[in-house]
Amino acid sequence: MKLTGSQMVCESLIQEGVDVIFGLPGGAILPLYQTLPEYPALRHILVRHEQGAAHAADGYARATGKPGVAWATSGPGATNLVTGIATAQMDSVPLVLITGQVTRAAIGSDAFQETDTTGITLPITKHNYLVMNATDIPRVIKEAFHIASTGRPGPVLIDLPKDVLQELAEFKYPETLNLPGYKPATGGHPSQITKAASLINQSNKPVILAGHGIIISNAFNELKALAEKAQIPVITTLLGISSFPEDHLLSVGMPGMHGVAYASLAIEESDLLIAVGMRFDDRITGKPSAFATNSKKIHIDIDPSEIGKNIDVEVPIVGDLKIVLDKLNTKIKPNTHKQWLSQIDELKSNHPSLDIRDTKKLLPQFVIKELWEATKGESVIVTGVGQHQMWAAQHYQYTEPRTWITSGGSGAMGFEVPGAMGAQVGAPSKVVWSIAGDGGFQMTMGEIATMVENKIPVKFAIINNGNLGMVRQWQEFFYKKDYVATIYKNNPDFTKLAEAFNILGIRVTRKDQVKPAILEAMEYPGPVIVDFVVEEEENVYPMIPAGQTVGDMVEEPRTTKAKL
Amino acid sequence: MNNHSQTSKHTISALVLDKPGVLNRISSMFRRRGFNIASLAVGQSENPDLSRMTFVVVGNNSVVEQVTKHLNKLIDVIKVLDLSSENVISRELALFRINSSSQARSEIMNLSNIFRANVVDIARNTMILEITGDEEKIVAFEEMLRPFGIIEIMRTGTISLKRGMDASTSLPQPKERKNQSSWGEAASV
Ligand SMILES: Cc1ncc(C[n+]2csc(CCOP(=O)(O)OP(=O)(O)O)c2C)c(N)n1
Ligand SMILES: [Mg+2]
Repeated sequence: MKLTGSQMVCESLIQEGVDVIFGLPGGAILPLYQTLPEYPALRHILVRHEQGAAHAADGYARATGKPGVAWATSGPGATNLVTGIATAQMDSVPLVLITGQVTRAAIGSDAFQETDTTGITLPITKHNYLVMNATDIPRVIKEAFHIASTGRPGPVLIDLPKDVLQELAEFKYPETLNLPGYKPATGGHPSQITKAASLINQSNKPVILAGHGIIISNAFNELKALAEKAQIPVITTLLGISSFPEDHLLSVGMPGMHGVAYASLAIEESDLLIAVGMRFDDRITGKPSAFATNSKKIHIDIDPSEIGKNIDVEVPIVGDLKIVLDKLNTKIKPNTHKQWLSQIDELKSNHPSLDIRDTKKLLPQFVIKELWEATKGESVIVTGVGQHQMWAAQHYQYTEPRTWITSGGSGAMGFEVPGAMGAQVGAPSKVVWSIAGDGGFQMTMGEIATMVENKIPVKFAIINNGNLGMVRQWQEFFYKKDYVATIYKNNPDFTKLAEAFNILGIRVTRKDQVKPAILEAMEYPGPVIVDFVVEEEENVYPMIPAGQTVGDMVEEPRTTKAKL
Repeated sequence: MNNHSQTSKHTISALVLDKPGVLNRISSMFRRRGFNIASLAVGQSENPDLSRMTFVVVGNNSVVEQVTKHLNKLIDVIKVLDLSSENVISRELALFRINSSSQARSEIMNLSNIFRANVVDIARNTMILEITGDEEKIVAFEEMLRPFGIIEIMRTGTISLKRGMDASTSLPQPKERKNQSSWGEAASV
């Protein structure tokens, strides 16, 4: 069967089970757009900015576990995708991105809207392709989905010259893959697993440090089985949140720069750190040479290059967590770790990091806690980057995987609007709340129009402190309160903005208005903006300043009953 | 990065798909991660679809381990071998253009004989010498030539193979791989 390149793209996407594409057209990708009506199985969501398309595909992928798809035209369309691609690369999110390119003959001539897209995206993709023959399209798309979604997932970009999209060629979707240089490890080395088990069996004070890998590998049950069998407390990284139920007795929470004090202290006290699907990011370790100095370390990850990169470990295991943990669980002995668990309880009561100050003022922490109660913890939460993100990580309790979606490694402000849109498209039966910063929200709020148009009923909780809060906090702590370029003097009226988008807008300035506003928003059938006008100079505690150690942790003075 | 061992030169060999853009992917990875390449040589392997590369990398053991892992992570890289601790044959080729007055000529020829270098070009006051060998030999030859006045040096990177019977980074012929242009993707460069 002879098809055009554009038809091949659509056929191949259908073969890969794609049901939605986020994008925006332009000259180079137009042949693909004009073919779309022939393929009603492919739902296209027209965004307002290509960054929105990439972040939405990312939110979709994190909510579903399936690769997200976004496409854009050449030149500025492709460059607008870049922030979203880098975000997905840092957080190991499977994306397939398709960009139009100038015609083959024009490549290299600085033609109108020509950009070296594969060159620009080379260091921020897992792999990328420039396809020079239509016959190669099916194979390249099959490889792209495979590479994006297996091993350590990541974004894969396919650049398609306009005339390749128009070229007629024989279409046959390949059944097999031939990627001799790509064979992700799966099982884990048996003798390493045995070594890990014996370290666990000998340990008196073990902790599990669980990351995004647990969610990616769907190893939620295996992690729980490990923790319960040997009664090992579980600490989760920022992206590991929702990999272990936070209402579980063994849950300790998030450590690190803005983690709860008792999680950071438990790592410090432990004699064995079982790191699973995480990469010892500097927000966790602080100063690497002073991190978890009393413990031996087991590191299980699917990416061999993460092992030994930041922290030396005694037992490295390369493999897929679901398989490795399952094998490991059969080798570990039941334990109660009574003394250790009571030591952790003591840390928790001596360092009540999550207590919220009693005041009449509307505190952002209070808003998040109310949101958790009002939604019974059943929403999908998507955030921006900054103080509100840290409070959302701290004060909402996550019990199901894929209910917490945030830009961790890249820390991309603006993720909160399109990221939430994509998550809602991926999880249509869930209530999706975007916990947004007033700063980040304004970076990508144009996508609200996309949501209205496509009936995507995301609820926005803007934590409106009138400033770039996290940066202002750094200025307060480290630059003598010299608030250079962090205070907004003229934020828009967010409820009027809601009106302009033809959706519900609610302003909340008092504590007693919080819960009713949340409930009203959830009853409203479309997107809603709730503008929570909160205390302006509230800080996120605890805080371990960048590159420092647990000993340098600053706790909110009131929450420290005893210093360790 | 952890440092427990001393910085030294390590030889790494890689078998990679011979298609456009592969060298760019590799050099981009080295640059981005701050790895230091002392030399790099690329050429066709025994399999026309594959190139073999030899890198000489400066760093301690953990740096070299990271280099190897990050090379392996690239989709177009098929096999990577750290040859540092192996018994290997390493060679490079160098060309020297030097001053050679008529009085100095016979002395230079003598030196060249001792080093098994060849005179490949001769002009009124200069000549070009060609030498192959491991790095030490080439450096030693350069030192001997220095008094005559070196005008230009051109050196290839080091290429290495493991000694003995077993091949270091060979692979069975990949199936179904046709000529390289039909592979389609050029993936940057
Ligand atoms: C795109 C981008 N630009 C700049 C930053 C640096 N930055 C980190 S947090 C932050 C402040 C965010 O302000 P806001 O969205 O209002 O959230 P808040 O911290 O006030 O809760 C900034 C500017 C970033 N993370 N991302
Ligand atoms: Mg703010």
